[in-house]
Amino acid sequence: MADDTKEWREESVSVDGTNLIVVKGGTGRPMLVLHDELGHPGWLKWTRAMARRRTLLIPLHPGFGRTERAEWMMSIRDLAGFYARYLKENGLAPLDVIGFSLGGWIAAEMAASNPGQFRKMILVAPAGIRPPSGNILDVFQLMAPQQLMASVYDPPNTPEFPELFGGGMSPEAFEMFEDARAQTARLAWTPYMHNPTLPHLLGVAAGLPTLIVWGRQDAVVPASAGDAYRAAIRGARLVTFDNCGHRPEIEKSAEFIREVEAFLAD
Amino acid sequence: MHLMYFTERPYRHVPNDEVIKNGFFGIPNKHFDSVKGSQLLNEYLDEKILAEQLGFDGVMLNEHHDTAFCMGSVMNVEAAILARITERVKIVLLGNPLPVVGNPLRLAEELSLIDMISRGRLVTGWVRGAGSEQFATNANPGYNREYFNEAHDLVVQAWTRPGPWRYEGKHFHYRFVDPWALPIQKPHPPIWIPGLLSPETVIWCAQHKYPYIALATFLEPTVELWNIYRDAAAKEGYQVGPENFGYLQKVFVAETEEKAHDLAKWDMFGGAGIGYSLFGKPQWMFPPGYNSKDATRRVARQFSDPSSSKGSPFANAVGGGAGNGSATERVAASQIDYRTGAWQEEHVDVEATRKQIFDTFPQVERAMQVICGTPKSVIPRIRKVLEVLRPGIFGFWQNDGPISAEARTTNIRLLAEEVVPAVREIGKELGLVSPFEVQPGSRKLPASGIPESVGSLAPLAS
Repeated sequence: MADDTKEWREESVSVDGTNLIVVKGGTGRPMLVLHDELGHPGWLKWTRAMARRRTLLIPLHPGFGRTERAEWMMSIRDLAGFYARYLKENGLAPLDVIGFSLGGWIAAEMAASNPGQFRKMILVAPAGIRPPSGNILDVFQLMAPQQLMASVYDPPNTPEFPELFGGGMSPEAFEMFEDARAQTARLAWTPYMHNPTLPHLLGVAAGLPTLIVWGRQDAVVPASAGDAYRAAIRGARLVTFDNCGHRPEIEKSAEFIREVEAFLAD
Repeated sequence: MHLMYFTERPYRHVPNDEVIKNGFFGIPNKHFDSVKGSQLLNEYLDEKILAEQLGFDGVMLNEHHDTAFCMGSVMNVEAAILARITERVKIVLLGNPLPVVGNPLRLAEELSLIDMISRGRLVTGWVRGAGSEQFATNANPGYNREYFNEAHDLVVQAWTRPGPWRYEGKHFHYRFVDPWALPIQKPHPPIWIPGLLSPETVIWCAQHKYPYIALATFLEPTVELWNIYRDAAAKEGYQVGPENFGYLQKVFVAETEEKAHDLAKWDMFGGAGIGYSLFGKPQWMFPPGYNSKDATRRVARQFSDPSSSKGSPFANAVGGGAGNGSATERVAASQIDYRTGAWQEEHVDVEATRKQIFDTFPQVERAMQVICGTPKSVIPRIRKVLEVLRPGIFGFWQNDGPISAEARTTNIRLLAEEVVPAVREIGKELGLVSPFEVQPGSRKLPASGIPESVGSLAPLAS
C-alpha cells in the first residue's frame, strides 16, 4: 500500500446504523471518490495531485473488509442509495464525484436516481452497462492476483503497479481482496457487473457535466461500453488513452491528472 | 451398521491427458459422447440393483455439474428410478446441493415423490455444492451459506407444516405453500449431511442432530472433527455415538492381489487419495464468498505459502495434510490442502505428472485412502478404519477410474458376498449402531457432563 498517513485520516460515519469508514484527505471543496471492486488501493499519484484542490472523501464500501457488511444490501443500486443517504445526512451534496470501475457504476446509479447530488461526475472505466461489443471480464473465474494483472495493460512498465498492492501477496492482502471480491459477488454476480435498466434511467443525468475516461486496451470492461455511457448521458465527454488498460489513473497518470484537473476547473 | 454402495457415476471415457492438464471441471464437453454416457448410466443403475440383491443396506448417490467426475447432474432423476426398480435398500442422497437448486419448494416435492414411490426408503442429505457448482448453475457464491440455511429450513417446513401458508424469506418467496407431495416417512425422511471436514458444517450438524458423513477424508483430521462434533453436541446437551457418524471408504477387491492393485491404481483418476483436488482449478473451487471468513483466512495462508503446488491440479496433491495450530485449524488445513491444487498457471508435463500420480499410489494405500486386495486381505484394514472412526454408517466407494463394467461388477459381488458379512460382524462386535438403531441425539451425557469421544487414533498405533 502506497499510504502516507500524514496525508489522510479515517473517520467513521453512521449511515442507517452501519458504521461507514471514510478515508479523508486533501483541501478545498469536497469530492467523493468511489473505489473499485478490489478495494481502496491507497494514496497514489493521482490522489496526491487531486488532494491539492479537493477534500477527498473515500468511503470504504460496506462488506469490502473494513466497513462492516450491511446484510440488507444486495445490489449496486442499494449501495448507491446508501451513499445518497450518506451525502444528504452529512450535508455534502452537491459535490464532485469520481468512480473507478465498480465505483463508477455506483456513481452512475446515483446520477440516474438523483443527478442533483453531483456537481461534476468522472467515470473511470465504469462497469454497469453491458458493452455493445465484447464482455466484461468474469473476474470471479480468476484468483485475485490474476484479476489484478488483468486490470493493467503492461504491468512491468506501469511504475505504480507494484506500489499498488505492495508487490507480493501477503495473507492479509489476499484476505482483503477476498472480502472485496465476495461482496462484489453479492452485489453484482448476476446480471454480471451491469444493470440492464441503467442506460434507460441515465437519461435523467443529461446535462450533468460528465467526463468518461477509458483505456483502449481495457481487458476488464471493454472500451465499447464507453460509447454506450456517452450515448446514455447527453453532453458527456469520453477520453480514451492508448496502450492503457483498466486503470488509467496509474497507467497514464500524468495524462489522467491533466484531463481530470482541466475538467474540474471552473 | 448401515452399509452402503457408492459410485460417482463418472464418465469413464474422458481423455486422461485432459484430466491431468485441467482437473475434471472445465474440460470441454466435446469430449463427451452421449451414447457411451447412456451405456454407463444404465450400468450404474444395474449395479445398484445388484448391490441390493447381494445384501447392501443402502445405495448412495451424489450430484455434480459440468464434470466427467460425476454424471449425476440431476441426482433426483436417478433416485426416482431407483425408488421403483429397487425394493429394499435405502436410497441415500448425499446430497442435494441446496444453494444451487434455486427452488427449494420444488426440491421438497421431488424428494417427497422419491420417498413415496420408494415406500419410505429415502435418506435425504444436503450439501453446499463444490465451488465449481456455483459457476455451473450460476448460484451466487456470496450467499452460499445463507441459501443453504434458508433452503434447509424451508424444505423441512414444507414437509411438516400443514398448508397452505405464505413464505417471505430473504432469498426465497412463495405466496402459496401447500404441496400435495409429502414424505411417507414422518415427520420427514432422515437427514444426513456429507462433507469434507468443514468445521462450520460439522457444528451445524451437531446442533441439528444430523449424522455427519465424512467423504473419504484422512483418518487423523477426521477423528479431530468427530471431537468437534462431540463438543458441539455436548453444548446441545447430548452424548454422541456411532449413530452420529458415517464414513465413505474406497474399497476395491478382485480375485487376486495383483489384479486388485493393477486396477485400483487407476482410481487415482477417480477420486482416490487426492480428495477433491482433481476436481478443478482453484479459481473454480474457491469462488468469492463461498468460504466463511475463517476458511478464507486459512486459504490465504495456504495461498501465500511459497511451497503451494504449481502446475497440474494433481501436483503435490498427495502427501500434504495437517498444518499446525488448533484441532479445528488442523482439520480445516487438511481440507484445504486436498482441495487446492494449482495456484499458478504453468505448463504441465503430462507424462511426468501421470507418473507422479501413479508413484504416489502406495502412499495413498498406506494412508488407507484406498483399501484394495482380495476380500480376505482387505477386511483387517477395514476393521482398522472402523476401530478408529467407529462410524454407524459405512459406504463402500467403487473404483471410479477407467475400469471395465466387469471389474466393477466383480468388485460389488466379492464385497457383498465376502466383505460385507464380515464388516457387519465387526460392527456388531464394536457396537457400531446406525441411526436406524439409535436415534441420533438421544444419548444422555455422562453424569460428569464431560462428553466421551467416539473416534480414537489409538488403534492406528497397534
